[in-house]
Amino acid sequence: MEGDVLELYDGALDVPKILKEWYEEQAQSNYGAYIPFVGTVRSEDGIDGLSFDIYEPILESWFALWQEKAKERGAIVKMAHSRGDVMLHESSYISAVFSPKRRVALELIDEFVEDFKASAPIWKYDLINGKRVYAKDRSTAIKGSGILGEKI
Amino acid sequence: MKMVRVEFLGPIQKEPIELEIDNLNQLAQILQQDESLGEWLQNSAVAVNDTLVSSRDVALKDGDKISLLPPVCGG
Repeated sequence: MEGDVLELYDGALDVPKILKEWYEEQAQSNYGAYIPFVGTVRSEDGIDGLSFDIYEPILESWFALWQEKAKERGAIVKMAHSRGDVMLHESSYISAVFSPKRRVALELIDEFVEDFKASAPIWKYDLINGKRVYAKDRSTAIKGSGILGEKI
Repeated sequence: MKMVRVEFLGPIQKEPIELEIDNLNQLAQILQQDESLGEWLQNSAVAVNDTLVSSRDVALKDGDKISLLPPVCGG
C-alpha cells in the first residue's frame, strides 16, 4: 500500500529524521491527522540501555495485516524499530498513523501499539554491566502459545 | 517421515535442529524430553513456514521450517 512502511535500523533511531521523512512523504496526501508515537529508553533499574532481536518474516506478515486494517479505515500505518543495542534516552520505536480525520488516527494508534506489544516478534533485553539479560517479566506470550508443551 | 528444521528464536539460545517427523505431536514428544527447553515449550508460540499455528493438528512436508517464538516485548 502506498505510504505504508516498516523500517528496521541497526541501533538507535534518528527520530527527527524519520518523523520529518514521514511527514514529507504524506504532505500532499490530504490526510488531516498525523499521530506519531515515539518510544524512548528510560533510566530505571540500573540499566545502561536495551537490546532487541527481531524475527523479520513474521514481523512483516503481522505488519501487512495492520496495513489492511488501516486501509479499511482510510488510514495508513508506519513503523520503525531498532535492532541491537539502544542506550538510555535514545529511541528504539516509532509508529504513526495518518488518517483523513483525527478520531480514526487516535483510535488506530492505540490499537496498533497495543497489538504490537502483544504480538510483534521482537525480544527485548536489558543491558546491565555489559550483559544482555532477557526482559522476561515484561514480555508477553503470543496468543496461542504453549501448544508444544501440552501433554501428549 | 519428513525432514524438517526447527529454529528456536530470541532468548531461547538453542541451535537449530533437523528432525524426521510427520506432525507436531511427534515434535512435542521429542522436545518434551529435552530438559534444556524447560518452560519455553509452555510459553512459546509455534510457526510453520513463518505462519503461526494454533494447534498441533498440522501435517508437515519435507523442508518445512518450524519456529518457536518465546514471549515478546517490542518497543
